[in-house]
Amino acid sequence: MARQGYDGVVLAAPYTEPYTRFSNETAHWWIARALSGSLRAAGLTPRDIDGFAVASFTLFPDTPVALTQHLGLSPRWLDSVPMGGASGIVALRRAARAVQAGDADIVACVAGDTNPIDGFRKLLSGFSRFALDASYPYGYGGPNASFALLMDRYMADYGASRADFGHIAVAQRANALRNPHALMKKPLSLDDYLTARPIAEPIALFDCVMPCAGAEAFLVMTEDRARTLNLPFARISATIERHNAFADDPIQLRGGWAVDVDELWQMAGLVPQDMDLVQTYDDYPVISALQFEDLGFCAKGEGAAFLAARDLTITGDLPHNTSGGQLSAGQAGAAGGFIGLTEAIRQVTRTAGPTQVADAARALVSGFGMINFDRGLCSAACVLETPS
Amino acid sequence: MTQPLAPPPRKNPARRTPVPTLPPGTRSRAALGLSLAAAQGRFQLQTCTDCGAVQYPPRDACHRCLSTALAWQDQPRGAQLLAETTIHASPDPYFRERLPWRAGTVQLDAGPVALAHIHGDVLRGARTRMALMLDRAGQGVLVALPEKETPHMQDDPALRAMGTHPRHRRILIADARAPEAPALTRALLDAGAAHVFLGLSERWRPFPAQPTLAAMENVTLHPLDVTDAESITDLAGSIGGKVDILINNARHIRPGGVITGTIHDAGDALEKGALGLMRLAHAFGPALAARGADGVNSAAAWVTVLPAQALAHDPAFAASTAAGAATRALSLSLRAELRAGGIRVLHVHAGPVDDEWHQPLPPPKLAPKALARAIVQGLEQGLEEVHAGDVARDIAERFARNPALLAREMEGGA
Repeated sequence: MARQGYDGVVLAAPYTEPYTRFSNETAHWWIARALSGSLRAAGLTPRDIDGFAVASFTLFPDTPVALTQHLGLSPRWLDSVPMGGASGIVALRRAARAVQAGDADIVACVAGDTNPIDGFRKLLSGFSRFALDASYPYGYGGPNASFALLMDRYMADYGASRADFGHIAVAQRANALRNPHALMKKPLSLDDYLTARPIAEPIALFDCVMPCAGAEAFLVMTEDRARTLNLPFARISATIERHNAFADDPIQLRGGWAVDVDELWQMAGLVPQDMDLVQTYDDYPVISALQFEDLGFCAKGEGAAFLAARDLTITGDLPHNTSGGQLSAGQAGAAGGFIGLTEAIRQVTRTAGPTQVADAARALVSGFGMINFDRGLCSAACVLETPS
Repeated sequence: MTQPLAPPPRKNPARRTPVPTLPPGTRSRAALGLSLAAAQGRFQLQTCTDCGAVQYPPRDACHRCLSTALAWQDQPRGAQLLAETTIHASPDPYFRERLPWRAGTVQLDAGPVALAHIHGDVLRGARTRMALMLDRAGQGVLVALPEKETPHMQDDPALRAMGTHPRHRRILIADARAPEAPALTRALLDAGAAHVFLGLSERWRPFPAQPTLAAMENVTLHPLDVTDAESITDLAGSIGGKVDILINNARHIRPGGVITGTIHDAGDALEKGALGLMRLAHAFGPALAARGADGVNSAAAWVTVLPAQALAHDPAFAASTAAGAATRALSLSLRAELRAGGIRVLHVHAGPVDDEWHQPLPPPKLAPKALARAIVQGLEQGLEEVHAGDVARDIAERFARNPALLAREMEGGA
């Protein structure tokens, strides 16, 4: 059966609560700030929303259920989205269908996490059962070493160089310098990238994100409601989602996007070359390269070279991670699964301010999440467009 | 090529002894199967008894057919190194102190792909031989070893960090009068031990092994009687801070049943076995546990030598096997206490040794030299459970299969 489109449902009021490296506030605080920021942008009050989707790693012992009482909300539709880097697109997919079906009128999708001193280590040490049993005891201390193995194999199989990946990181830093909220404020040269201290070979310092605290939010509502509220909005042209794809691949050199890529472009009625900008999940540059391959921009193994030949800055021929992405703006837990999405909504609604890509009308956003053991299990993507 | 470990310099008493940290030790219940196999030096993975799939990491259901009938089975040790990294930064305190650390992805011949510690002599992309080994936290971890022996391979930093190899270590053997003591001393020195201290009780009694031991370098005899707390405290006061491995081989084996045995023998068996272990632990345990990260010759292990029948009573040696069972129970608790300091507790279950007290028993019996070899191999491989000799291995297998049936069979003299 052909999938139903998202006619009549739109995204609006993207909001980013500025990140901080460490925070003694709680996830509840961060989520409240982002929700309040998004509602303020829309001219709404908490009573106006009847749907609430939450992604967070640091709410414990609470869940989104407790958040309703904590924040004084009474939604008739409530969702917890535990997909990490894919949580933004997954929340969007679910919320859009709920609005389309009339189960909710306005859904607030929020991701937020705090990062106290030593919080990241504690989060990693209990991340998943397989991590507990089979990666954390091996010194991995998080995804760095897991992705070092992926990058090692990618470079060996496809002949990519560290400089190719450096090109991605350097361009994102240039973009971040335009984003006043980005944690990274200093320019990054390719030489800085190549000579940085090793973290887990071949991954070095500037292949890694900076864990931080932060929150992101946006609203899903009917097009009619957005027009009534006089809000700039983005259309959802297509989405895909996949979990635990290619489980028998010995090393993850492709993600679930490769399963669903044809459906994505078919549903959107577009091709990759139609995109004015791309927001990938950039926990490491090599992962961004995988997404360009699996989402149809180039053949498998050519991602690094494909990107190296392009200008990925805001004014370039292929603007990529225009807010600086996680590599330069910071990785705020589950908000890392929203950062590209809120920025893409800003871009196609022409509200991105200093990071605005000129005439941006079509954006691809890609999400990737949850290193359960040796690979990311969740992949998702969506195409957003400026209403014609 | 592994750089051979240099003998450690003399300890500088003015410098702080590093506090032992441990690698992450929390595991799911299913994953403890890896530790059980590692404790015995076996290479086992979780296998579905319905569809035969071998899976890793351990799960609670089969990832192929959803069956919950899962068992641990020995698997081929071959593997191929698919990707590797050298970790230079880790938020974990244990690994932070030991960087850089090599790790990689291996395709196991058994089927699954796994993350593993990688021995320094395994070349990029090479075939490897896998082992399940206990790490400092006492949990089983996968280690990819070179396919063939390489020079000094036991000195690899990762193996040294997790293992209990006697090389460069100073070792106390509690009972010099035990039949295996001379062979054990020799074997430890051959394995590279820096020094062997031997405890000798009742010096006035004849001690036939004296000339053999006196002829060995780096061996010293010390007054020690595990039934006498004062002698233990005295010895711990003089050498307690430099015992890296303690081998408690004191045991009292006498034939006799409950009716036919004497209270005196039973008391001696408990005094020398169970209570002796406690006395030694009181005096030597704290220093061992505090020195778990003390450089090349850090404290590493405690060995408890037990009669094979510690797992199941032998009516012909009622008191001795009861004392063995009590010693085993205490030693298991000691294992939990010493784990916090990164000290491994190795149980060596010895079949009947070919000595005067087992004289009426039929073969097979365990030559003292074979027992000595089993202890040293257990230390070299970093094990927790060793069954030395055919009788001990037989009892262990039957105990694993069905302890109640084993008890019945022991009663029938089988």
